[in-house]
Amino acid sequence: MDYTTTVLTGFVALYIFMLATFTGFEIIGRVPAILHTPLMSGSNFIHGIVVVGALWALLNATSVPEQIIGFVGVLLGAGNAAGGYVVTERMLQMFKPSNKSNKE
Amino acid sequence: MNAALLIDASYFIAAFLFIYGLKRMSSPLTARSGIVVAGAGMVLAVLASFLYTLDVSPAARPQLTTNLVLAVIALALGLGWAWRSGKKVAMTEMPQMVALYNGMGGGAAAAIAAIELIGYKTHGSVSLTLAVLGGVIGAVSLSGSLIAWAKLDGRINSTLRFSGLQAVNGSLLLLLLALGAYIVWHSGQVAMPVFAVFFALALLYGVMMTMPIGGADMPVVISLYNAFTGLAVGFEGYVLNNPALMIAGMVVGSAGSLLTLLMAKAMNRSVANVLFSNFGAASDDAQG
Repeated sequence: MDYTTTVLTGFVALYIFMLATFTGFEIIGRVPAILHTPLMSGSNFIHGIVVVGALWALLNATSVPEQIIGFVGVLLGAGNAAGGYVVTERMLQMFKPSNKSNKE
Repeated sequence: MNAALLIDASYFIAAFLFIYGLKRMSSPLTARSGIVVAGAGMVLAVLASFLYTLDVSPAARPQLTTNLVLAVIALALGLGWAWRSGKKVAMTEMPQMVALYNGMGGGAAAAIAAIELIGYKTHGSVSLTLAVLGGVIGAVSLSGSLIAWAKLDGRINSTLRFSGLQAVNGSLLLLLLALGAYIVWHSGQVAMPVFAVFFALALLYGVMMTMPIGGADMPVVISLYNAFTGLAVGFEGYVLNNPALMIAGMVVGSAGSLLTLLMAKAMNRSVANVLFSNFGAASDDAQG
């Protein structure tokens, strides 16, 4: 049995990719320049979801090379997610309402 | 069955939280709460993923305990190291840390591709093509981001430029694509060294692509590699049949691409100008 209840292949996958692409474009559409770097960092955090895929790959590893690569994959993915979160959060701390006077 | 349903539901909520969080991050007033929303989605998705242990493939069942221990160790190490390094890094050194974390994400995507390929687990030409493409893009993003990090961190001060660079990089890319096509053409049933050479070439290409670019242009380059990693994650999501990876990856892929264009525009440059500025070096070498 497959590990998910849904099978996302062919056109269903294509629809997902298309809608996700438009979503990404629309979200970033008209952001002020001061948010460019935090947004880059924020989206960097979001693709940290790759750790979930790496986890699946490691749990299903059947040979030693696969286990080694999977271990490295999970390590890197976890670093992406955790590091991305901390750095983004620290950047966004600078947007506190109290010192908003010198922004905008 | 119930585990699979629970995983699917968690991913659905996580995907929603990512998009909603990113939307909040795109306005200065709500930006701070945006990352918290997205973070909640990430925690949910990672926790749900441990339900995979109930549903691994029969071939992997004997090693499940070892794999689970390895997973927990890797998760704890990566999380602990990145959390601490992110907390103590100085505000001015943020960009290179983003590059570093982004490279790690690209590496993780490449690792997924590598496992799928060397385990001969991927079937069908579409899955194989996307696995190969995601692997290349992830590996390029890994080595490219590492060079970007090293340059911003002052560890590499030289820029590698020579007259035939364009030709060298061009042929490297062609070779890479040819090798990828060869793997897909043979339905992934090729010898192990081919995969090794394939990934090594991808890593080399990332280095060669980033080395000629000067430090001042690095933010644009990092943003580009950020989009690359998103794309690689989206593709590997297709290979793993994982909607959370597909959606999050593609959203970041497109948002990152647009962000790259906007950043280049804010610097009064075009992306092509940043990436290939030395390619016509003889004709115009007047870059700031």
